[in-house]
Amino acid sequence: MKPLQDRIAHHVRSLPRSGIRDFFELVVGRDDVISLGVGEPDFCSPWHIREAAIFSLEKGQTSYTSNLGLLSLRQEIAKYVEGLFKVSYDPASEILVTVGVSEALDLVFRALLNPGEEVIYHEPCYVSYNPSIVLAYGKPVTIQTKVDDNFVLRASDVEAAITDKTRIILLNFPTNPTGAVEPVEELEKIAALAIKHDLIVVTDEIYCELLYGGSDGMSPGEHVSIASFPGMRERTVLLHGFSKAFAMTGFRLGYACAPTVLTEAMMKIHQYSMLCAPMMSQQAAIEALKNGAPEVERMRRSYAQRRNLMLKRFAEMDLPCFSPGGAFYMFPDIRKYGLTSKEFALRLLEEESVAVVPGSAFGEAGEGSVRACYATAYEKIEIAMDRMADFVKRLG
Amino acid sequence: MDALLELLQNDARLSTSQLAERLGRSEVEVAAMISDLQAKGAILGYHAVVDPERAGQRHVSALIEVKLTPERNGGFDRLAQRIARFDQVASCYLMSGGYDLAVLVEGEDLREVARFVSEKLSTLDGVVSTATHFQLKVYKQSGFIAGEAKADERLAVSP
Repeated sequence: MKPLQDRIAHHVRSLPRSGIRDFFELVVGRDDVISLGVGEPDFCSPWHIREAAIFSLEKGQTSYTSNLGLLSLRQEIAKYVEGLFKVSYDPASEILVTVGVSEALDLVFRALLNPGEEVIYHEPCYVSYNPSIVLAYGKPVTIQTKVDDNFVLRASDVEAAITDKTRIILLNFPTNPTGAVEPVEELEKIAALAIKHDLIVVTDEIYCELLYGGSDGMSPGEHVSIASFPGMRERTVLLHGFSKAFAMTGFRLGYACAPTVLTEAMMKIHQYSMLCAPMMSQQAAIEALKNGAPEVERMRRSYAQRRNLMLKRFAEMDLPCFSPGGAFYMFPDIRKYGLTSKEFALRLLEEESVAVVPGSAFGEAGEGSVRACYATAYEKIEIAMDRMADFVKRLG
Repeated sequence: MDALLELLQNDARLSTSQLAERLGRSEVEVAAMISDLQAKGAILGYHAVVDPERAGQRHVSALIEVKLTPERNGGFDRLAQRIARFDQVASCYLMSGGYDLAVLVEGEDLREVARFVSEKLSTLDGVVSTATHFQLKVYKQSGFIAGEAKADERLAVSP
């Protein structure tokens, strides 16, 4: 018999292990560690949302739903999306409920890419972008955004990356892991490029409710989606979900909004692989959209306070850090210590029991930074910051 | 003010400097805001929320429905304020519906509460009747679920 290793498909074999997973294994089982390494809210899903899921189970709603998702949920999504993104979608044919935004990303690449076609996206970025494209036989083309330029994705860089094989521009603002928010004027230029070169834009806006506006970061800010620009709705796949703003990561629920033809193509794959998103999660999501707004804002205010704490403490320890406009991550610049991001994170873990994620896990452009998540109890962040201050002092 | 109250209502132990840091204001400003809130009675006080059973305290609590005869000037206020001043009374509210005052009474044992009701409360001029309901078990108190320990069950590192 052939070794089992050899049975693994070539394109899967060549996928690198996730840098996050490597790091997770070092942290797991250690009780003394304060983790700033998570990528999810520290809040439990609000009770009224959990209760809606329980109620749905009590009523015996345990069947499949429509492949697209419950119509009542799609109608609520349409309303919510129109309010938040200023774009309207037909709940009957332009909204697909998925198992998290992760599934939606996988679907969109599989539905739109022929082998070898290119997707342009910006790094540092969420860990699944590269593998999702590769698994769909696409070719990832990355643009390195830089801390010295506030992680802005420059339209000129996008234009330079466009070839006759380019099919998709993938955007993620606010960005995981940097918290960057794209300036509207740059977003407009990117939209113009998409139109000029006839490209599809896939925009992952999962963090869009978590913005820190005003001089002190405490006001909600206003989200601008590229889908709302003239001529963009018909070439944009808008991805959003419930995990971050509603603190519903474990419900695994997201959605894609796109013109009917694209939605239909994604739905074809979804119906054969996933069939539909879990019914109880969909019921919980309806409740979230109907009545969840006050809790979302309460959580956002709490993140804003913790963001400000980290910014202040990083400034005090003279650790340069970009001031993030959204999400719940800080991406401090550690280059002056002469360590790689992995070395920095490993030593911080060993010497001070604080876990952060090496920036290199988010692509080449993440090297030189680490990601510290502030979705952790305020008191714990205070302790973690004290420990980090001691650590960087020793590094000199 | 709202953000300050939200923080204090969630955790009144926060020091002025901790509050100042979270609100992005100076300690002097926060101290002034707090004394203002106290001066106008918006903040009535601060206390720990205790589950007496887990704290091992001898404790009983009862909700007394009280019917009153309202007075020509002032309605229920004079009597209600008089009742509220007793140390045994933890809370006292004027209610709509079938009775007038909801009085939450606390004591070490049943006898103490019963004695308070029969000797102090029901003997007041203007008190028409009382109905005493003893509390049997705490599920939630002042916003806190009883017996619920919070643990962070998230993966330590995730994307």
